Amino acid sequence: MDYEAVIGLEVHLQLATESKLFCGCPTKFGAPPNSQTCPVCLGLPGVLPVLNEQTVDWGVRVACALNATIGQIMKFDRKQYFYPDLPKSYQISQYDQPLAQHGHLDIVVDGQPKRIGIRRIHLEEDAGKLLHEASATESFVDFNRTGVPLLEIVTEPDLRSADAAYQYLTELKAILEYLDVSTCNMEEGSLRCDTNISLRPPKATTLGSRVEVKNLNSFRAVKLALEYEATRQAAALDGGEPLPQETRLWNAKAQRTEPLRSKEEASDYRYFPEPDLVPFTLEAALVERLRQALPELPAQRRSRLQSAYQLSAYDAQVLTQSRVLADLFEGALRCGASPKPAANWIMGELLAYLNAKGLEPSAVKLRPEWLAHLVELIAQGTLSGPMAKAVFLQMVERGLDPVQIVAEGRLAQIVDPGALERIAEEVVQANLKSVADYRSGKVNAFTYLMGQAMKRSQGKANPQQMAELLKRTLHNDGGPTP
Amino acid sequence: MGVVTPEIVQRVARLARLQLEGQALAQMAAQLDEILEYMQQLQAVPTDQVEPTSHVVPLANVLRKDERGVSLPPETVLAMAPAAHPPFVKVPKVIDA
Amino acid sequence: MAGGELASKTIHELRALIDAGTISPQELLDDLLTRLAQLNPSLGAYIDIAPERLRRQLREEFSADRRGLLWGIPITIKDNICIAGEETTCASRILRGFRPPYDATVIERLRRAGAFLIPRANMDEFAFGSSTENSAWLITRNPWAPDRVPGGSSGGCASAVAGDLAIAALGSDTGGSIRQPASFCGVVGLKPTYGRVSRYGLVAFASSLDQIGPIAKDVTDCAMVLSAIAGHDARDSTSAPVEVPDYVGQLGGSVKGLRLGVPELPREGLNDEVERAIAQAVTVFEGLGLEVEPVQLPNIGKSVAAYYIIATAEASSNLARYDGVQYGFRAAVHRPPSTVHSELMEMYLRTRTEGFGAEAKRRILLGSYVLSHGYYDAYYLKGMKVRTLIKRDFDEAFRRCDVLLMPTSPTPAFRLREKVDDPLQMYLSDIYTISANLAGIPAVSLPCAFSGEGLPIGMQLLAAPFREDVLLRTAYAYEQATKWHLRAPQVRGER
Repeated sequence: MDYEAVIGLEVHLQLATESKLFCGCPTKFGAPPNSQTCPVCLGLPGVLPVLNEQTVDWGVRVACALNATIGQIMKFDRKQYFYPDLPKSYQISQYDQPLAQHGHLDIVVDGQPKRIGIRRIHLEEDAGKLLHEASATESFVDFNRTGVPLLEIVTEPDLRSADAAYQYLTELKAILEYLDVSTCNMEEGSLRCDTNISLRPPKATTLGSRVEVKNLNSFRAVKLALEYEATRQAAALDGGEPLPQETRLWNAKAQRTEPLRSKEEASDYRYFPEPDLVPFTLEAALVERLRQALPELPAQRRSRLQSAYQLSAYDAQVLTQSRVLADLFEGALRCGASPKPAANWIMGELLAYLNAKGLEPSAVKLRPEWLAHLVELIAQGTLSGPMAKAVFLQMVERGLDPVQIVAEGRLAQIVDPGALERIAEEVVQANLKSVADYRSGKVNAFTYLMGQAMKRSQGKANPQQMAELLKRTLHNDGGPTP
Repeated sequence: MGVVTPEIVQRVARLARLQLEGQALAQMAAQLDEILEYMQQLQAVPTDQVEPTSHVVPLANVLRKDERGVSLPPETVLAMAPAAHPPFVKVPKVIDA
Repeated sequence: MAGGELASKTIHELRALIDAGTISPQELLDDLLTRLAQLNPSLGAYIDIAPERLRRQLREEFSADRRGLLWGIPITIKDNICIAGEETTCASRILRGFRPPYDATVIERLRRAGAFLIPRANMDEFAFGSSTENSAWLITRNPWAPDRVPGGSSGGCASAVAGDLAIAALGSDTGGSIRQPASFCGVVGLKPTYGRVSRYGLVAFASSLDQIGPIAKDVTDCAMVLSAIAGHDARDSTSAPVEVPDYVGQLGGSVKGLRLGVPELPREGLNDEVERAIAQAVTVFEGLGLEVEPVQLPNIGKSVAAYYIIATAEASSNLARYDGVQYGFRAAVHRPPSTVHSELMEMYLRTRTEGFGAEAKRRILLGSYVLSHGYYDAYYLKGMKVRTLIKRDFDEAFRRCDVLLMPTSPTPAFRLREKVDDPLQMYLSDIYTISANLAGIPAVSLPCAFSGEGLPIGMQLLAAPFREDVLLRTAYAYEQATKWHLRAPQVRGER
């Protein structure tokens, strides 16, 4: 039977504030273990939390960008459970009066627009990190991450396919990037995602057994895990097998989900209002001020690029996927580049480079004026084809203006007729057989000779000039013109 | 036995990571039962329109600036730990991480 | 010199002597330590004393800068207030050997006022108790009678102050833990308004009820210590940004015309002598010119039930961090068969079962139960609503009165072991102190009589939030008119 998948996503986003949610420790990733802690985030006896105002501002901005209703009053609650990475044995989170609720995010699935409801957005503190690989009998704890501010964004179960989930995550990440509140990096753990999926017969209104999947390290993993689960659950339902409500882990190596090894203890989090923190009233005036100050978001930018520069919807989508790329594009335009070539370089060579190296756009220090200069150099004829690509590569890897690269002299295109003539002569002398072939009518021989000429010039010969001069040389030597 | 039985107490103990058995469990259950029965007198107090007090001090919006403070040196953190494998704190293996 | 000449004086007396150059802080400490060595073995007020280290600390660290109200004065600190580098165990095995790497805010403020700190006054484990019998380390005796409890949970502080093993002390009060021991030991104990004194560095029992406060020989000393520690603290989100009045300067102010409310109270267990003592105190107040009137606190009878729901719920949560992972005691475990549970689970269970005493376990279980799924509304939520009613009762009372008068405890100090096997009876003995914590109002206990057996009886004054000034002024007037505070016990073993 064909089942309908009902999917929800829970994203945890680390806010890249200067200090943690309730104390002054740094939030930076990659510091030496246990070097970014203090009595407060370590949960030592006697300590108390004090809320970081920036986390509230940023949380409100995210909520506005996701069209959510900001709570008039918000408060914090304790969520209680025992785990070695949780120093106080409770997490300060938000339960019944969160930062925001009832938002939405619009995506496109199979060419159709779809609105995904966002149930709630709330603030909470992160836990530490547990490391397990090194030993079979022990685990190791690094408390640097305890107390780092998290924004939890929970969807309604409005997603209906793994692809839709992927689209949602991509668009959400773009929005969050535009807001500049997080490094949004799944590898580093500043953006984490859990998903849940249940199947039901088409047209059914009740929900099936919900399976939660954790341990997802990339958007791709989310997609694969959901596809796997959909297949697994469908097979179970078809076969009349029991499908328990459970939590499973994604095994990236084996490309499948697996049940938890330990017997799940029934978790009773015993939520109650955090007595060490007083409530917060989020004034409408403050919220409005933050909403007005929102930067242009991906969807708006997409529309604007399409209408202002006659870009296709697809091109606009690719370019705005990352704010870095969109900024690069518009920056290049401001420096005089035309839209089409600028777009092509970004969508073509740059993205190919990033994908091949597995890099985020922000990893590459590419200035908009450099891209504009590259486009200009090509338009002028100073650079062409393979040479332009070579210059682009140098631009990206060495972080240099292409004008500077060209001026270094090593990559200047050869346009001097004398030099080109000399190359043509040398090629003819060195390839007498091909020359004979060419003169006897084999057109391929010319292609071969051109290749030789370009090679001899280290790709620097201006192809049009080279071709012309080669032909002249071939004819000047006598022999019939084909 | 009015309110809690030893079975309930054992379940709650597990939640709180405490172990109680035999005589100790029976005695604790009896004491808790007596205390909880006493607490039930609150049921008779009319509180329909009454707001709960979770904070007796009328403060709101206590915030701090997003500024760096002083962190502890890692040696201090590890020195407090019952078991350490520098630079980490050490615990028995956690399954299903 | 026989110990105790200087140790028996008050802060204000010693202030004058030190300022005049008549005595030095070193002489004062020596005198106190001599008395401690002599009497602590039998009184058990302190868990541990390191006299040579204390003398050395005073010599090496103490600045000659004479600024500060408490310069050169030793202040005794309850074992649940963090002093950097000092062992702070809350009288619990689970924190044996724990040395906090930071000072509580009140400690910083005492240091700034020039005080010298004497740590490790004994207490009930994690402040759970009314007799100091729940300490993991030793029992403390009442200096007035060695077979009697000093009260709790700040029993070590009160016993020390009463027996002149301390000049003054900082205790903590969640349901009466400063006032009740002060009453049992015949000294002055004040619980400030919730939010008046920073809780940062006080090992939490019940976060919405806890306050740190002074235990001292007289009202003046109490006011001096309070001035040093009161005030807003940015590290405590529940700390009130309210100005600190000149408590000491205002002590001698007139009390004529102040309205004294005397509430009708639940009388179960109320000792006749205590009742008579309060009636006599009313007479004294009338003589001082206060207008006495009866008031109603209709919901006060529900305060023990409401308190123990809220306090144990918060306590169960606050004590969850003692799990053997990153500080304190961790039990040695053998790996159990994997069919039972994991080694990690075994570690948690053994650590907390071995590390906590019976009362701590009782409260953790109660608290976990009232917060657990399905019971939250019936207990915790209900408790918080009744708390609102109790607070309203006091708001109403303070519209008509400036100060309220009631007993501190239904009886004088009971015998050691008398209530250890009956937790509910122990809880019920807090009936008069608990409501001030629930309402967040300031309250002070001071001696007002002695029983036929020679045991101190304390009376309690309560005031509206942040009106410690009126409270202290009223207490001072009574004290000066009656002089109960000048009586001192003859401590067994004293020469």
